[in-house]
Amino acid sequence: MADVLLELKNLKTSFRVKDDYFAAVDDVTLTVNKREVLAVVGESGCGKSALAYSIMKLHTRAQVEGKIEFKGEDIVTATPGRLTQLRGKEMGMIFQDSLSALNPLIKIGDQIAEAIYLHDQKISKSALKARVMELLTQVGIHRAESVYIQYPHQLSGGMRQRVVIAMAIANSPDLLIADEPTTALDVTIQAQILDLIRKLRDDLDAGVILITHDLGVVAEMADRVAVMYAGQIVEIGTVYDVMENPRHPYTRSLLHSMPSAIASKDEKLHVIEGVVPSLPLIPRVGCRFKDRMDWIPESAHEAHPTLKEITPGHFVRCSCYQHFHFPEEGVNA
Amino acid sequence: MIEVKDLKVHFPIRKGFFRRVVGHVKAVDGINLNIEAGKTYGLVGESGSGKTTTGRSIIGLDHVTSGEILFEGQKLDLRKKASRDVQMIFQNPFSSLNPKRQVLDIVAEPLRNFEQLTPAQELERVQELMSIVGLSPESIYKYPHEFSGGQRQRIGIARAIALKPKLIIADEPVSALDVSVQAQVLNFMKEIQKELGLTYLFISHDLSVVRYMCDHIGIMYKGRFVESGTADDIFENPQHIYTKRLLGAIPSTDPRKRDELMANRRKVNAEFEALSKQYFDETGLAYPLKKISSTHAVAMLGEVK
Repeated sequence: MADVLLELKNLKTSFRVKDDYFAAVDDVTLTVNKREVLAVVGESGCGKSALAYSIMKLHTRAQVEGKIEFKGEDIVTATPGRLTQLRGKEMGMIFQDSLSALNPLIKIGDQIAEAIYLHDQKISKSALKARVMELLTQVGIHRAESVYIQYPHQLSGGMRQRVVIAMAIANSPDLLIADEPTTALDVTIQAQILDLIRKLRDDLDAGVILITHDLGVVAEMADRVAVMYAGQIVEIGTVYDVMENPRHPYTRSLLHSMPSAIASKDEKLHVIEGVVPSLPLIPRVGCRFKDRMDWIPESAHEAHPTLKEITPGHFVRCSCYQHFHFPEEGVNA
Repeated sequence: MIEVKDLKVHFPIRKGFFRRVVGHVKAVDGINLNIEAGKTYGLVGESGSGKTTTGRSIIGLDHVTSGEILFEGQKLDLRKKASRDVQMIFQNPFSSLNPKRQVLDIVAEPLRNFEQLTPAQELERVQELMSIVGLSPESIYKYPHEFSGGQRQRIGIARAIALKPKLIIADEPVSALDVSVQAQVLNFMKEIQKELGLTYLFISHDLSVVRYMCDHIGIMYKGRFVESGTADDIFENPQHIYTKRLLGAIPSTDPRKRDELMANRRKVNAEFEALSKQYFDETGLAYPLKKISSTHAVAMLGEVK
């Protein structure tokens, strides 16, 4: 295997609801290598963002158990001071909503400069400005000089997202976590931003965790894909494993419900019945996706589903994938 | 069914102490469209292209600067009862329902505005509507936060169909939803279209959704149409460079097509730069539409290949 950048082992992040702790991220084990894009997909409420925030330890009140090893260093037990050094310097995060990720009262240039200054307080004023200009150009903003003195609200959504990306990469991080970076953007801008992330990965030699619910984005960007449901990884493998040969019922259902999956307009789109259970209601034993495919007999599921390797590098949770069929298909013998 | 003729919506830009008008934003700048009864017309464009403004001005939420909107041959007068025939589904099911009101009050509001019903009749109608949108009749006493995104969008739909309208303007009805929920809402919109004989103006930036839903499509760019035609015209035989660029930007779910898509995108972008004179005038706006077949029209100079 290539250089491992980040390793998660049995990661469990729990939040307190009333008097109990509930795991929003449960038993997540994965690795991210250098120069690799790992996509994390799932519906909203599946724990994708909670996973991203756990890696950077941005949750203030969560209980984090398990192992997060970043370049051989344990993040779970790291001191707050050390975390401050790591965040923004060695791990960069691109947030989804660029309008709320930027301070509306501070000029764009100064916000980016702050991200650099925090990790290098000896930098001269002129060098700082030069670096900000360089970053703005790097993320594809042509009129860097005028954007420098503008405020966030004066920029379009696509431009703001570029600024957020510029801040995330200001210190050339080794790991870039992008939380739905293009969800709020138009398709043409999305294509440009994805191109940019791809280019940055090559330039910085960084590993990227791309969190998204858009399977098209996954197919375009990812080297490997992890599918999350109710806090757990239900399927993980290379992009070809997961997109071309999906095994877990959840992955198959997601792919099947896209409008592009059907041939004619008269066909109905596949609907995944039910909803993602809210945090306190996640079933803690057995297959968590069971309730949303009630036509599959109980006996198909494992009592304690674990991830099993079905082909090298392709893992699926719970044995129910062997018995799964869509309700309209009938039982295949 | 509905005919929009040379619709213009300009917003004044005001500046200075006296808020004098110093110019106009031409949000919608002379568009024409016809929607046949029982069909779905898709309005596509990026943010800022004027598609939402078009929808809003048809239902009377934005002031029309000039142009005509004819509904079943009659000029649409929104202060009159004709407006009950046109209803709207909003984009965000989290902000378009009043969080302090019960579902009963939300869904009954249009009924209270237009029909004098006794409380018992009203209750019956609302329960009937709830069963049409697939929610349990008891849920009318709940509040919006007790529902999931897809269910909330159904409540918005129940409100829109309460008065048995003929035309529904759906402004990005599924863009705030997950794919699985999106499928639910789209299926459902198609179902009630057949049952109730509805006509939709479907506003969206998601071309794969538009392809699934719409019979006719208009592509907007900076307040004007660059291309219009049937779904097949647009998807199988796109002519305008902007349409090609939009289509090229859709990600495919096939990871093996990655490089092909990127190469195509680069090609289209290069073409976009090189041939912009042919497709856009000196101010960067689209030319008037020119018919190239009985259904298909493109805004460009020169001959169509």
